[in-house]
Amino acid sequence: MKKVENNAKTNRRAVAIRLAGYFAKYKFSVIFAFLLMLGSNLFALLGPYLTGKAINAIDLDTGVDFNAVIFYCSLMAAFYVASGVFSYILSVVMIKLSQKIIKSMRKDVFDKIIALPVGALDKMQAGDLINRISYDIDTVNASLSNDILQAATGIITVIGALVGMLAISPALFGVFAITIPLSVFITVQRSRQVRPLFRKRSGKLAQLNGYSEEMISGIKTIKAYGREEKMIEKFAGKNKDAVDAYYAADYLGSLIGPSVNFVNNFGTVLISTAGSLMYLFNMIMLGDISSFLLYARKFSGPINEYANIMSEIQSALAAAERVFRLLDELPEGSADNAEEELENPVGDVAFEHVRFGYDPEKIIIRDLSFEAKAGQTVAIVGPTGAGKTTLVNLLMRFYDPQGGRITIDGKDIKRYTRSSLRAAFSMVLQETWLFEGTVRENIAYGKSGATDEEIRKAAKEANIEDYIEALPLRYDTPVTDGGVNLSKGQKQLMTIARAMLSPAHMLILDEATSNVDTRTELLIRAAMDRLMQGKTCFVIAHRLSTIKNADLILVVKDGDIVERGKHEELLEKGGFYSEIYNAQFE
Amino acid sequence: MKSLLGYLSVHKKRMTAGLIIKSLGTVAELFLPMIMAYMIDEVAPTGSILALSLWGAAMFVFAVVAWGGNVIANRMASRVARDTTEVIRNDLFSSTLYLSARQTDEITVPSLVSRLSSDTYNVHNMIGMVQRLGVRVPILLIGGVALTFTVEPVLALVLLAVVPFISLVVIFVSSRGIVLYTDLQRAVDAMVRKVRDDYTGIRVIKALSKGDYEREGFAAINENVVEKETRAGVTMSISNPILNVVLNLGMTVVVLVGAYRVSKGLAMVGELIAFTSYFTIILNAVISISRIFVNVSKGSASAKRICAVLNMPEELVKDDSLVPEKNTGERGTVKFEDVTFSYDGAPALEDISFELKKGESLGVIGATGSGKTTLLALLLRFYDADKGRVFVDGADVRSYEEKELRSKFGVVLQNDFLMAASVEENIKFERDISDRDMKDAAERAKAASFIEELDEGYDSKLTVRGSNFSGGQKQRMLIARALAGNPEILVLDDSSSALDYKTDASLRATLREKYPDTTIILIAQRISSVRFADKILVLDKGRAAGLGSDAELMKTCEVYRSIYESQGEAGGNA
Repeated sequence: MKKVENNAKTNRRAVAIRLAGYFAKYKFSVIFAFLLMLGSNLFALLGPYLTGKAINAIDLDTGVDFNAVIFYCSLMAAFYVASGVFSYILSVVMIKLSQKIIKSMRKDVFDKIIALPVGALDKMQAGDLINRISYDIDTVNASLSNDILQAATGIITVIGALVGMLAISPALFGVFAITIPLSVFITVQRSRQVRPLFRKRSGKLAQLNGYSEEMISGIKTIKAYGREEKMIEKFAGKNKDAVDAYYAADYLGSLIGPSVNFVNNFGTVLISTAGSLMYLFNMIMLGDISSFLLYARKFSGPINEYANIMSEIQSALAAAERVFRLLDELPEGSADNAEEELENPVGDVAFEHVRFGYDPEKIIIRDLSFEAKAGQTVAIVGPTGAGKTTLVNLLMRFYDPQGGRITIDGKDIKRYTRSSLRAAFSMVLQETWLFEGTVRENIAYGKSGATDEEIRKAAKEANIEDYIEALPLRYDTPVTDGGVNLSKGQKQLMTIARAMLSPAHMLILDEATSNVDTRTELLIRAAMDRLMQGKTCFVIAHRLSTIKNADLILVVKDGDIVERGKHEELLEKGGFYSEIYNAQFE
Repeated sequence: MKSLLGYLSVHKKRMTAGLIIKSLGTVAELFLPMIMAYMIDEVAPTGSILALSLWGAAMFVFAVVAWGGNVIANRMASRVARDTTEVIRNDLFSSTLYLSARQTDEITVPSLVSRLSSDTYNVHNMIGMVQRLGVRVPILLIGGVALTFTVEPVLALVLLAVVPFISLVVIFVSSRGIVLYTDLQRAVDAMVRKVRDDYTGIRVIKALSKGDYEREGFAAINENVVEKETRAGVTMSISNPILNVVLNLGMTVVVLVGAYRVSKGLAMVGELIAFTSYFTIILNAVISISRIFVNVSKGSASAKRICAVLNMPEELVKDDSLVPEKNTGERGTVKFEDVTFSYDGAPALEDISFELKKGESLGVIGATGSGKTTLLALLLRFYDADKGRVFVDGADVRSYEEKELRSKFGVVLQNDFLMAASVEENIKFERDISDRDMKDAAERAKAASFIEELDEGYDSKLTVRGSNFSGGQKQRMLIARALAGNPEILVLDDSSSALDYKTDASLRATLREKYPDTTIILIAQRISSVRFADKILVLDKGRAAGLGSDAELMKTCEVYRSIYESQGEAGGNA
């Protein structure tokens, strides 16, 4: 137990040091901010001292020394205004500084997401990544622009107030000192009790949010089955847990503020009583009591905030740790050594004894070998889950095989840079993907600097032109969640248009046309045949009619190639292929 | 109109009680400097140590009252915050589920999710914080002015003069804050969308080596967030220094004016000290109030977003004028009568008519975007037709309560929804379905074989969106779900596309054999999936290109024939 705690502590320290590294880039701003903070606080701390001086000058026994009062009061006003101006500039500097840091952190996180291997991303959830880039970084930001400042201000104020009180009256300080261990005890003790409750609170809230996200994504189905009431009932249960956990944390937490205030007031009681007594025996001047009271209040302010700040810094460190953990994931290609560019490949592709499983314990492709000559079409068929999309993942090096090798033009694909390898393929994947942007941007995505004419041509070849022309803004129509109502098939046509634009050397069609009606598919196929000339092509589909012209059909079952050959040969053979082929006419 | 205040008004009594208790505690705190002034000015000159000690003890009692009052009031406030949030969140979830499809499209699903999660959280925070910290400042100001007027009216005027400044700053900063934080939230939403987008499309991005392009796009969004956040932060950060300066200057004026009053014998020095204490107490409270500015700004913006959903008009309600027509038709019949519909002006369906008797089957086939899924959406009344009428069991769909209408159907939607729960929970889907019926349905949907092979059978857990199952397995579970309720009408939208031909064919045979009385509507891309149907509707750009049996259509419908040819032997060498 102890060891775990120690580990967590060293871990936190490492995180803090790493965070500090971000500051190091902005040394001058940091130094400037530090000076401003020092100035602002010292001026503010002089206030009570001057107040005391002014009040001392009003002492009744000697009459009011107006000159002195006016002098001290003008100084006070000047110092307070200066302190206010400094602290405003300081806030602005800190916000700008923390925003710079946050911006580069966000950029780092996003760049990392893009750079991560697909295999690593597949293991993460979108919600988790979003949490890190928004909520976690936000938490760090709040801490950077606020808590650090408050903590530093607090330290200076506490020390300054201590010095002030000691300077005014060590005896009175002796009385006041009784309250110090009390306030320290309260803050430390309470925040220790509250922390696990806060953790529980965020846990329950996360569960609730996960549930509502899931249910809302299935809203149509819930409606179709009329299950709204049941889901609302379940939600209410989880909601109750969440608000109760929140309340439990609040219940204890609500004690801290008033308790620290109480200690503070208790200090006032002690100082007033002792001060009056001392004044009675002429041991202290009234102005000094006033200064002392003001310092005592200043002293307890930061202590009151200590618990808040500490818990915020803790959660900021935890958030930063989550962000750093993501940043520390190895990017794709970090283990690569060969950096050969794959340029204008002939397109001879071969799998040689490839062995692969997403989970190394669960091999799904045991021993796969085949060869596709340049310009040939390889069709991969077989039931769902047999491992057909896996071949694409391997070809594009989204994943690497555990055994064997894949070659292009006789060389292991691991010897080529990933970007040149991937640029050699154009593809239409099973999951259609459009991003937020216009229709034009989505089509032109495959080729930077594509002309309008090229885009239109691609759209025409993909048979989506008519549809686009019917849109209110045509090619400038935004494609968004809430925007145009694109059907699954239309989305796919757009991605086909995108692939049309790409000047790639090899083509991958993964279930490419499964969402397009066959009539359209015929037209697309015709266009693709033109596009594919002299290129190697991999087609993965259930629809056998579209792959009958393939030079090689690979029949995949349970990860292995069970049959291979041309359509007629396979039909004659009367094996697994002919079985699934004939099923469609039953 | 629902509003946050409306939700809070239920707790009016508790909040008032809390406010009174809080006021008592806070005012007790204000008595401390007054007692101190009295001790210095009146008691100390008498030289009585006992009297001083007694007054000291009295101060202590006030300090305890202040502590108790604040703790109790804070806890009451937390309870109000908890109860209010619980109700708001339940209402919001329920409103969300009852939104019409058009309303859901308009707000978008991600936005609904963030309203339920972060927005309700912000409101919870705000309700608690305002009651705990927000009311402290007004109480201190009002109580302080009232109390000091009895002691030294002229100095009290100085304190009073500070109030408008403080109010102005608070009002200005918090109202600007609401606007700025709303802007910021919008920028953050865009960022979240970008991340979600790219996560989904990472394979395409990598395949096309578009990493740099995406990074640039993100940089612009990031820049925008930073700009909005800086603006909000800078505006907010002005409050603290100004409030500090105002209160500290007030204290300076008290000393100056006090000096004059004391010299004239109108005030005592102890009172002066008391006043400086007041200013410090108020200052401490004001500084903590500026901490809740951000909370209030975020919370109000969130409350607006929540109320926007709560106040959405109820759409697709039962049309009572149509009720008399009900129960005239046979159960299990479906009829479309000259139905026309568009999403936003662009027609999705035009003049569609067909009729199905009990136990008949309809196949719907057509190109992508030809309106097949829209047909289903109108049948289930996710939307209302612009023209024409849709009938189920002989009655207009608008004459039903939503629930009654939908209870007649078993549906599998395109890319349908599976929960992160057990196979059993997904098939039963919160309905009263016996284990036997569930297993029968799984058997008939060709799902039983793979489910029973799982380590935990029907208790096996699905991950989010069922990502631990293959596409074909998911579709079969969904079909089992639709069959398990023994529906009058079964609607399957592209729900066997991931099945191999063999399984698909055997599923069709089972449906024919085991569900002779169930009316079936089957939307598909493959002609082989719809050929068996009694009637086939061929859609082309939202219009009916043909309606009839396979044999009829082969003779009369050119579109159908060309689809057939492209999928059969003849079309193979295109």
